[in-house]
Amino acid sequence: MAILRALGKVRLVWETDPRKDPNPLVYAILGIGAIAYPLWAQISTGGQGDFLISVLADAGVYILLAIGLNIVVGFAGLLDLGYAAFFAIGAYTYAFLASDHLVVTPLHEAIHLPFWIVLFVGLFVAAAFGLILGAPTLRLRGDYLAIVTLGFGEIVPRVFKNLATWTSGVNGISALDKPVLPVWLNGPWSGDPLAFVQNFKIISPMAFYVVIVLLLGICVVLVNNLRHSRVGRAWMAVREDEVAAAAMGVNTTRIKLLAFAIGASFSGFAGSFYGAKLSLVSPENFGFTVSITILVMIVLGGMGNIPGVIIGSLLIYAITFLFLPALPPLAEDWATSLGLGGIVPASGDWPGIGQEVQRLKFLIFGIILVLTMLLRPQGLIPSRVRQQELLRGAPEDQTLEDVTAETTA
Amino acid sequence: MSASEERLPRDERAPAALSVSRGASREIGQDYILRIDHVTKRFGGLVAVDDVSFDVKRGEVFALIGPNGAGKTTLFNSITGIFPPSDGRVVFEGRDIAGSKPHQAAALGIARTFQNIRLFEYMSALDNVRLGQHCRTHAKLWDSLFKTPFERHEEKAISERAMELLTFVGIEKRSEDYARNLPYGQQRRLEIARALATKPHLLLLDEPAAGFTPQEKVELMRLVDKILAEGITVFLIEHDMKVVMGISRNIAVLDHGELIALGPPETIRRDQRVIEAYLGKGA
Repeated sequence: MAILRALGKVRLVWETDPRKDPNPLVYAILGIGAIAYPLWAQISTGGQGDFLISVLADAGVYILLAIGLNIVVGFAGLLDLGYAAFFAIGAYTYAFLASDHLVVTPLHEAIHLPFWIVLFVGLFVAAAFGLILGAPTLRLRGDYLAIVTLGFGEIVPRVFKNLATWTSGVNGISALDKPVLPVWLNGPWSGDPLAFVQNFKIISPMAFYVVIVLLLGICVVLVNNLRHSRVGRAWMAVREDEVAAAAMGVNTTRIKLLAFAIGASFSGFAGSFYGAKLSLVSPENFGFTVSITILVMIVLGGMGNIPGVIIGSLLIYAITFLFLPALPPLAEDWATSLGLGGIVPASGDWPGIGQEVQRLKFLIFGIILVLTMLLRPQGLIPSRVRQQELLRGAPEDQTLEDVTAETTA
Repeated sequence: MSASEERLPRDERAPAALSVSRGASREIGQDYILRIDHVTKRFGGLVAVDDVSFDVKRGEVFALIGPNGAGKTTLFNSITGIFPPSDGRVVFEGRDIAGSKPHQAAALGIARTFQNIRLFEYMSALDNVRLGQHCRTHAKLWDSLFKTPFERHEEKAISERAMELLTFVGIEKRSEDYARNLPYGQQRRLEIARALATKPHLLLLDEPAAGFTPQEKVELMRLVDKILAEGITVFLIEHDMKVVMGISRNIAVLDHGELIALGPPETIRRDQRVIEAYLGKGA
């Protein structure tokens, strides 16, 4: 009973006044969590937490992607189904400009630009491709734009796959340069005496983690600034009513193009970082599922609301990359401990419980998604807008009644 | 990627090839703010507006009336660039703006409201009016990203002016509500406030009194007077004859896309073709 009551209370807080802004609280929790996480990871594993930290750093890349896609889909209302293409472009930009790879291409000359510069090159290259894709297609609306971006998302990885003389095709490009920091503070956390080191090579997951957290912090501040600015208002106006926005003086083509380019630049930025961290890029990493996963992250988290998007990304990342892969062995354990050890090994047509769960992975993922959307259609932490829209239906139905009342009066 | 989207370059504001000669421009600019010159709009085989010409004088209230489907809103759309006219010239303040884009028309000083209210429903009333100032403000992407002092200053001015405009139309108390949550009459007012935010010289109102109570119609007429006092010319489409006859100095009547009468209210009231158009032949 006590548990039920506690749940009821949580539900009450969860669903109270749609106008109450949960964002400051969520930001605070996220900030504290970002600092506490590595400590927890190291302590709980007795100093072996590198893997856990590395996982969250990878999740950070997805958060970055989701924040960028949120500009395009959540703010400006343009459905982009090929977002991973820009991610690929950013990653390959890093691969070309910061590895020995170009030696084996017709160029015969390696380029080694510093990580920090390539990060921005990746950003601008992706933004340029965003403009190239957007310029002819942004006059399309809704479904049509979605189809065109879907096509683009399919084309780009295929180009990287088939342009083998330049990209090594399916093998991808490996041994990318590790980022170098001009100065870094060594200390007990890295198992060294306290000292400044110059030209510090970022290899440890902890250093990547710090870098991505800082980058994320900066991006969140910048995107929040944009949201509450002249440009952000114009994006939302275009989302709400394009004709009215144009009649009020918004150059809709240009403002949509801007959303597309900025969204793409986030993706390119994230791609460069991802390439540097993984030290490997391959066309397999940028398929349609990546685009869809990011879209699911923002829809599930609360479209248009940045803290919601971050929470959604963390959750989906945890489900797809941690929970689902861990499920088959878990199922085997459960079966054994429940005295059903007989279903663990494969026999005849039965592949064994582990293999069976492995096969049903995406079904389980789908069920989780459907359940979340049924239980909380507005997203985990929605923007005020969607919360009003979905919780109350049409918030004040008087609008229509007034019209009829007044016209008949 | 600069955010200078709305800053039209000088030459775009006044396309040299399109503008009339300088002398003529000055002369027209003084008498007529808007000249509709043989404007025709065809949709495929349908002629929605058929060779219509009239002038709107600076500082007057000009009304466009006619039965449903007469082409009134189409003419508005032609003026504001939503559907450019198939033929003819739209001369605004001495230059031909036929074929310009909606956002260019807004930048030149033509604002409008819509027959079926088109507010940004999920934006606050205040944000709707703030957005209206888009083409009169200049913060670039860089300013917005880093909240430069210029941007902060401009945003403050935008908010203050938005609040003034909401007060002007009398809905300042609902500034934080979503546009869609306002009652119908206030939505019409908000649309007018948003249009005024673009600092227009000419305000096009598309059936501003539709669905209003007699009391609200009186308030609307008062609001139009206040707008006029600000030096803004008002050009409106309206069905309510009391409103039209009460506030407009000149009236144009459209029927089946054709201009059938033009003149002051007294003339229009007695015009045989107008009576026929509204009541049918034999009335």
